[in-house]
Amino acid sequence: MLQQMDQVDIQLLRSDGSLTDEGRPIWDSISIEMKLHFHRWMVLARTFDRRSVILQRQGRIGTYAPLEGQEAAQVGSALALDREDWIFPTYREHGVAMIAGMPLDRILLYWMGRVEGNIAPEGVRVLPPYVPIATQLPQAMGAAWAAKLKGESSVTVAYFGDGATSEGDFHEALNFAGVFRLPCVFFCQNNHYAISVPFSRQSATPTVAEKSRAYNLPGVRVDGNDVLAVYHVMQEAVRRARRGEGATLIEAVTYRKGSHTTADDATRYREEEEVTDWVERRDPLTRLESLLIQEGLLTAGQVEECHDRCREEVDSAWKKAAKAEAPPPSHLFAHVYATLPAELKRQRAETEGRSYG
Amino acid sequence: MAELTLVQAIQDGLRTALQQDSRVVVLGEDVGKNGGVFRATEGLWKEFGDERVIDTPLAEAGIVGAAIGMAVNGLRPVAEIQFMGFIYPAFEQIITHAARLRTRTQGQRPASIVIRAPYGGGIRAPELHSDSTESLLVHTPGLKVVAPSTPYDAKGLLLAAIRDPDPVIYLEPMKLYRSVRQEVPAEDYEIPLGQARQVRKGDDLTVLTWGAMVPMVEKVAATWEQRGVYWDVLDLRSIYPLDEEAIICSVRKTGRVLIVHEAPKTGGVGAELTALIQEHAFLWLEAPITRVTGYDVPVPMFALEDDFRPNQGRIHQAAEKLIAF
Ligand SMILES: Cc1ncc(C[n+]2csc(CCOP(=O)(O)OP(=O)(O)O)c2C)c(N)n1
Repeated sequence: MLQQMDQVDIQLLRSDGSLTDEGRPIWDSISIEMKLHFHRWMVLARTFDRRSVILQRQGRIGTYAPLEGQEAAQVGSALALDREDWIFPTYREHGVAMIAGMPLDRILLYWMGRVEGNIAPEGVRVLPPYVPIATQLPQAMGAAWAAKLKGESSVTVAYFGDGATSEGDFHEALNFAGVFRLPCVFFCQNNHYAISVPFSRQSATPTVAEKSRAYNLPGVRVDGNDVLAVYHVMQEAVRRARRGEGATLIEAVTYRKGSHTTADDATRYREEEEVTDWVERRDPLTRLESLLIQEGLLTAGQVEECHDRCREEVDSAWKKAAKAEAPPPSHLFAHVYATLPAELKRQRAETEGRSYG
Repeated sequence: MAELTLVQAIQDGLRTALQQDSRVVVLGEDVGKNGGVFRATEGLWKEFGDERVIDTPLAEAGIVGAAIGMAVNGLRPVAEIQFMGFIYPAFEQIITHAARLRTRTQGQRPASIVIRAPYGGGIRAPELHSDSTESLLVHTPGLKVVAPSTPYDAKGLLLAAIRDPDPVIYLEPMKLYRSVRQEVPAEDYEIPLGQARQVRKGDDLTVLTWGAMVPMVEKVAATWEQRGVYWDVLDLRSIYPLDEEAIICSVRKTGRVLIVHEAPKTGGVGAELTALIQEHAFLWLEAPITRVTGYDVPVPMFALEDDFRPNQGRIHQAAEKLIAF
């Protein structure tokens, strides 16, 4: 089992923090600024995540889907995108959303059950989290299609998990994208489980990437805990799409360290040995931090400082979210139709304690 | 007899069905090793093995499609859809196949399946998990739709559903999964489909309701009883087919009707009940039939959930108007 997980097409940064031969020139070609971005965003995503789990335990936010363990996959892929690119995320892509420009307090509002958390700031092309599995894939494909028809250079990325590959929507989206050569990237974070069901029970093929052949698309299986490799592979896929060469399927092999959501208990279906291996040996953040320290780009003290700053940032986002004024019940009707039908006006009036019509 | 919660009673019903009939299989997402996200299938995989309690890939159309095929080929599948909000990918299978296989094969190969789905709000579930779109299913000829509100009914209705020759959608009010305990017999018993349960008896007002609204209505009814006003409360249990006799009898007795459901108002089952009563008890009515329902808006994220769902205050006010009419 562990052996099979290790087999990826591309890894540039090994688990021990050393670069592979192929990785060295790629690492050297990247700006220092970007390398520090890798780090800062991964730390921020993890800090946000741990805080959110605590907030859920305290009953301050609702059920939450943690991302810890998947920081490299999210950060590496999102940093390869431009502001004009479209993102169709799942409920777990907080790391992606923050990089795309969703303020942290909005992301928290979403988990507080507030619809305001779905509203992207001006110019941020991120859709709200998709909760029904795989339903975002055909829509992302459609957005990419529109870009192509309109002659825009934007690329669309659909994020999804390994379980999503079982849904018919996965097939339909990739099929269209293949047939019409659409500028789309299908980015699968294979974290090995769809709640409790292992990938071997989702799919008779051992990998997600190889499914791309059925649609005549390139498929790449990348070490999803290696931020450099993910960034590199994503850049290539995005460039390909922008050049008009069509879609790519990327399978980032990763692992969620904790449970599926705060309402789930992963000890019921995962072996301790497997979890320990991923948590202790393959952590995406310690891997990057040890490289940055070895390369002299950060000192241990600066790493600590970065963690502290991120904690402060998350703190102030929470303070802001917690202070956000609650919407009145009449807000239920705010955006149901462009113009409210009479029956809905009556119902809205009822929530305001008046009568209408 | 053991005191069970509603979800434990469902589990007990599944276990009984699996023991009694080797054709019964349980399938769905996370129903095996994990015991279901609400633990409705807890322990069954261990007890009955991988071929009778089956973890499927994440694919609702696949799950329901597979269940239909299994039924055609002689099994009695019980499919779990993890939340009713995710039943829509399977609609194609349910509406174009499960519901009309009997007609299309002229009775030769009916889809004798049960589809279980947790539904409704009130538990602060994430977005899109809390739908109550039972009317979409009730509107589909060929399906039966039931929703228990007590542990005792949950087991008996489930066993009846599994043995029913037609496809039955078995809706489980999430809000009630663990909120009450009740003595549930260990043995096999059935609650026949199509029979309402008389929750309270009274001459002053008929209240028709089901699922998670039942205990809410009971609470309000109790406060009215202190004022000397007695409600005739029916838990429909079976939303299709309806217990027309019980409904009409009650309306003829009281002359006043309140319908309470969690689903949105327009085109909801409440509208159907209203029409039914107009057809059969028009001359007995003494006040307009009144509905307290969810609003006609998408089920909101949970910050506004309590404002969307009917609550005791709204039920109380509607009753006040009806009685004073
Ligand atoms: C259509 C649909 N069916 C079922 C669910 C319930 N559910 C939520 S997440 C999940 C597992 C998803 O696994 P995967 O696609 O691998 O993504 P991951 O959560 O691991 O990132 C399930 C079954 C859902 N959200 N949508």
